[in-house]
Amino acid sequence: MSAELPRAGFVEQIMGLPVSVHVRGQGARGADVAAAVEQVFAELREVDALFSTYKPGSEVSRINAGTLAPADAGPLLHEVFALSVIARERTGGLFDVNLPAGDGRTYDPSGLVKGWAADRAARHLVALDDLDFCLNAGGDVVMGCGRPDAEPWRTGIEDPREGGTLIGVIERRDGAVATSGTAARGAHLVDPRDGTLPHALLSVTVVGPSLTWADVLATAAFVRGEDAVDWLRGQVGYEALAVHADGRVSRTPSLLVHDLA
Amino acid sequence: MRRIVTALATTATALVLLFSYHTSTGGSNTTTAAVVRPVTPVATTGAGPAPAAATFTGGVAQTRWGPVQVALTVAGGRITAAHAVQVPSGNQRDDEINAVAVPILNHEVVAAQRAQIDTVSGATVTSDGYLASLQSAIDQAHL
Repeated sequence: MSAELPRAGFVEQIMGLPVSVHVRGQGARGADVAAAVEQVFAELREVDALFSTYKPGSEVSRINAGTLAPADAGPLLHEVFALSVIARERTGGLFDVNLPAGDGRTYDPSGLVKGWAADRAARHLVALDDLDFCLNAGGDVVMGCGRPDAEPWRTGIEDPREGGTLIGVIERRDGAVATSGTAARGAHLVDPRDGTLPHALLSVTVVGPSLTWADVLATAAFVRGEDAVDWLRGQVGYEALAVHADGRVSRTPSLLVHDLA
Repeated sequence: MRRIVTALATTATALVLLFSYHTSTGGSNTTTAAVVRPVTPVATTGAGPAPAAATFTGGVAQTRWGPVQVALTVAGGRITAAHAVQVPSGNQRDDEINAVAVPILNHEVVAAQRAQIDTVSGATVTSDGYLASLQSAIDQAHL
């Protein structure tokens, strides 16, 4: 029985968010796993130091201050520059790291970096044999199973209509679940096209193979509004669930959401 | 059976709202950094051969409103009770809000385990001392 399978959990606050790692497998409490988890946390702290819009010395802050030319930024920023161009095209401009701010625009890749960084950091956990992992970065989840017969990870989808409750459960062995919304952090999602605040939806959850893209698509779908789920059907491999401001829940037809056991 | 309940992020939601209240009245927009100090497990093992109940106290999570610390009671591999050992107490309103919120959170910890989820995806998952201390207690209990 899997009930006897060793498990372990780790949590740290990084980027102002709780980041947790859960592992299952015979080696779950071993030194190799602890070292890999520390690599994950260390890498996320490094990414935060480069990309934080709150830290004046970060490369992103220096780009916005005009003291660092994008071409002179480091390789990780260059990677994110490239991703953000693709993200804007893939979402028809619903996702854009150049956000309206005052008279001009500010470079804020935060909406891309969290998912991308977690996806990237997860490779330290993928590398461990016979181990299942689940990495949750502030509500965005990437998971994998190194054991062939592993049971799926169960990710609860938070209900934005009522704090402390869940809409249902997504079961996956690998891939990602990302949710965008405005529920607790204020209206931090703006429509990059005109700076307005989207209000048709309370949250959008996107499920698919990559956390980088699940996160981008969830944000874009949230901005899209009422027909977010229909819009997302054009994204091959990804499924979505949206909670509308009037309380309705819509989802792509093949998304399987389990009731709470 | 013994699912780690980080799902307690759900649980945390209510406290996040509670703390958000402070944010909105507190002026500053700085982010909470909850740092959990490891704490030696306090195991109060019952007598006799029957499945013993043990208490695991999580580390102290420092939030900008003050320390948060959660303890769990575990019996037969299940969380049977949770309670907050410490919550921020700055003024009378804090105390009044906590008096309402904390029992709800404690109840939800136990309820969330029943739902058998591993983790939670949501937009409200944010800095949360309750969650951090709770996770520390769960890890000590090896649930």
